[in-house]
Amino acid sequence: MTESVEVAQQDQSVRDLFIDKARAAAARVVEVSDFDQAIDYALDLCANRGACRLKVSGCEEHLSDTAEALCETKIGKIIAAPGFEKESYQRIEQRFKEAGFGCIEKGMRNQLAGVDIGFTRADFGIAETGTLVLNCPSEELRLATMVCEYHVCILESSKIFNDAQALEKQLNQFMGNGPDYTAFITGPSRTADIERVLTIGVHGPLELHILLMED
Amino acid sequence: MQDAKNLNEYRKQCAESLGNEFLRSALDNFAVAYRTSRKNAFEGFDVDTLIDEIADLKDASLEQLDALYEQFKTNAEAAGVTVHYAKDADEANAIINRIATETGTKKVIKSKSMTAEETLLNHALEDEGIEVTETDLGEWIIQLRHEGPSHMVMPAIHLSRYQVRDLFTEVTGTEQGDDIEKLVKVARRELRQKFVEADMGITGANFAVAETGSIGLVTNEGNARLTTTLPRVHVALMGIDKLLPTLSDALKILKVLTRNATSQQITSYVTWVTGANESANTESGKKDIHFVMLDNGRREMAADPLFSQVFRCVRCGACANVCPVYRLVGGHKMGHIYIGAIGLILSYFFHGPESARNLVQNCINCEACKDICAGGIDLPRLIKAVHARIQDDEGHPLPSLLLGKMLRNRKLFHTLLRTAKWAQKPVADQDGFLRYLPMMFFKQHDFKVLPAIADKPFRDRWAEIRPEIQNPRFKVGLFSGCVQDFVYPEQMEAAVELFKDHEVDMVFPMQQSCCGLPLQMMGEMKASRDVALQNLRAFEKESVDYIITLCASCASHLKNNYPELLKDDHQLAGKVKDFTSKVIDLSSFVHDVLQVKEEDFLGDGKKVTYHSPCHLCRGLGVHEAPKNLMKRAGMDYIEAADEEVCCGFGGTYSAKFPELSEQLLKNKLDNVEATGAELLLTDCPGCVMQLRGGLAKRGSTIQVAHTIEALTARKKKK
Repeated sequence: MTESVEVAQQDQSVRDLFIDKARAAAARVVEVSDFDQAIDYALDLCANRGACRLKVSGCEEHLSDTAEALCETKIGKIIAAPGFEKESYQRIEQRFKEAGFGCIEKGMRNQLAGVDIGFTRADFGIAETGTLVLNCPSEELRLATMVCEYHVCILESSKIFNDAQALEKQLNQFMGNGPDYTAFITGPSRTADIERVLTIGVHGPLELHILLMED
Repeated sequence: MQDAKNLNEYRKQCAESLGNEFLRSALDNFAVAYRTSRKNAFEGFDVDTLIDEIADLKDASLEQLDALYEQFKTNAEAAGVTVHYAKDADEANAIINRIATETGTKKVIKSKSMTAEETLLNHALEDEGIEVTETDLGEWIIQLRHEGPSHMVMPAIHLSRYQVRDLFTEVTGTEQGDDIEKLVKVARRELRQKFVEADMGITGANFAVAETGSIGLVTNEGNARLTTTLPRVHVALMGIDKLLPTLSDALKILKVLTRNATSQQITSYVTWVTGANESANTESGKKDIHFVMLDNGRREMAADPLFSQVFRCVRCGACANVCPVYRLVGGHKMGHIYIGAIGLILSYFFHGPESARNLVQNCINCEACKDICAGGIDLPRLIKAVHARIQDDEGHPLPSLLLGKMLRNRKLFHTLLRTAKWAQKPVADQDGFLRYLPMMFFKQHDFKVLPAIADKPFRDRWAEIRPEIQNPRFKVGLFSGCVQDFVYPEQMEAAVELFKDHEVDMVFPMQQSCCGLPLQMMGEMKASRDVALQNLRAFEKESVDYIITLCASCASHLKNNYPELLKDDHQLAGKVKDFTSKVIDLSSFVHDVLQVKEEDFLGDGKKVTYHSPCHLCRGLGVHEAPKNLMKRAGMDYIEAADEEVCCGFGGTYSAKFPELSEQLLKNKLDNVEATGAELLLTDCPGCVMQLRGGLAKRGSTIQVAHTIEALTARKKKK
């Protein structure tokens, strides 16, 4: 009895550390109770909080003709949600289509101008750095997390580990069995290459939203 | 890229950089911000232990390098990657060009790779008609400007937003503003288009994990993920020094790498690529992946007992972040392709002696780099060793040879110093400063006034002043060093006076000579060793508890460098250990051993500030003792900004690079004056010389003294 209480307390502190560190890295962390609430969050972000636009960021700037031409290939407001099991994807698709948005789970190479939201699920979280671990040998999943404007990612609380070392076994399972692509993602894409001014969203997402789900 | 033909031309180039105000303020701001942000990033971590772990695991990896390479190759190829081995830069570029031809590659996108900078890969590809686009924002900017990086992690730190605005206006063919956020968005769109078009993506690798055949890529922008995902071909070029046995090793390095590089807990993206991943734009559905492993001088380095530690470098760039000379002149003057302290060493092995000849002389030996290195590499020592090697191979310049010859012969050296006293007589000022100097020491020093040689050196006064101690608490040997012996004997005398009150019996072995550090600075290793041996012999007959020196540089050289210098003579090992274990600096002796108390002093509340000598704070790890002593002696200590940053003396450095020495001194004195202190204390006669000379030149009323002088002046009479 005593033992299980101790474990629960430890989990709580690891979870809190994760939230602190993820926020310190400019990620937004919210708690959701279940998968439907996660969909609600993404939908609200798209519909009411301006995540979904006709033009993706940068396309309003003065660009060369070729860069401008790529911008024009984005049609409508669209969410990409690869990597979910069939039933879950259908729920996402149904809700987004009802709301009048595009929803895809594959064909990312046709969306390289950008999608508004990449909606994914993380394999693990690392508390020490507020990091998401996404095993993404699937090209669709990789691209959805890179060419989206906002990345919304579900993380189950039970999958948060204290540090990367604590995840070594799982990471080696990913990497030790043939082709693999595993990503640590911490906050949005950033650069400080011009005058060391921190600027968000250079190649990847402008925002990272982590939906912490109790399980 | 530093390309001066000789030292004089290099000196001029460096002096020109001092006039680049944007660069100067950018690097100043960075240096100050970095210190605090790094500290925060490591909060809660035992940094020294982490660094030791990295040193150990990198050393262990090096020992099994061939086996690791085989294991890595086997595992990577089993997962569908082709692994190539390139013995030099040309071979690596030829391999990549061949892959480009075989895959019909017309357009390449790259994510940042220092190794590709090292091999000048872009030029090699462009020569074959291939379009290459860098996608790291900083790298893209410098590529468009046809420049090399000026920092390993922040390649465009030397450029302003206005320069980027003009550049982007040119590239897009449409007018740009100077809002950084908008400029970044322009790059986002322009480069996205390049990603879409590219046939091949080229990356470096931060880690090559043998156990799984994986590579790890550490980036903030996410460009490496796109580079490894969108094009149908992926080539990763990496040095063989990136090989590690396990993922666990890589994760340990990662912990320090990002914190040391950019003060981040971790970068936005860390990407682990294993095998031929999925790719929707190839017939097989698999990406065509090649890993090119580069030697290019690394094995030569690995086989060298002294330089093998360079393999511990994880390319964090921190050695540039803290280098006071880098902060003045920037990366284009402080590196060939690799930048900062590590760059000076790597240039020699990767690009040949001509690329390093001038650079290695521009190290002021302040040890800030050694103090921060993620792999615990003794960078200053290796820089001096490269310098010595180049001189041994190409011939020693005359002044350096003469210095070596002279210092090896103590009597000749001391006679010359005594003669110099007479030579300077007609030009020495009333106040004891000298306008024209003893020729063997300095030239081109009009930015500070220099002291005269004392009328009577300490060694000649010793017989008269040596106190009789009845019941000594300790017996100590005094090591004066040249400057305190011949220029500032009063500092030694102040020590004798204080020690006497605390029942310290003292001896001053007459056979002692220069510690040898100036010789090491000039690349005269053999003479340096000879002098070390003389000093060892001079003290071996005296059975003392401590060997005390008031010169932080002497202390650090005696303690830290003698074991290395004398290591070849195994019979000496015991004596060397005995000698070095007894060496202690003045402040530590008074603070830790004598344990002086407030009641020993008459406090006067004088406003005092401190300059921490490089070889005290970093060389010996002494930070608090002198400041505690000031407080105990009743002085009002005020901390100056950059207290532990070099004053620009650096021994012979200030003679070689007077313009840089002058600027470092100016920064130091500005910070000192800003405290409003009346007295500036330090623990090194070289620093006293530099600081006092600089303040006198300014006409400042701030007095400069050695800590011991201030203590002795305030001690209660016994």
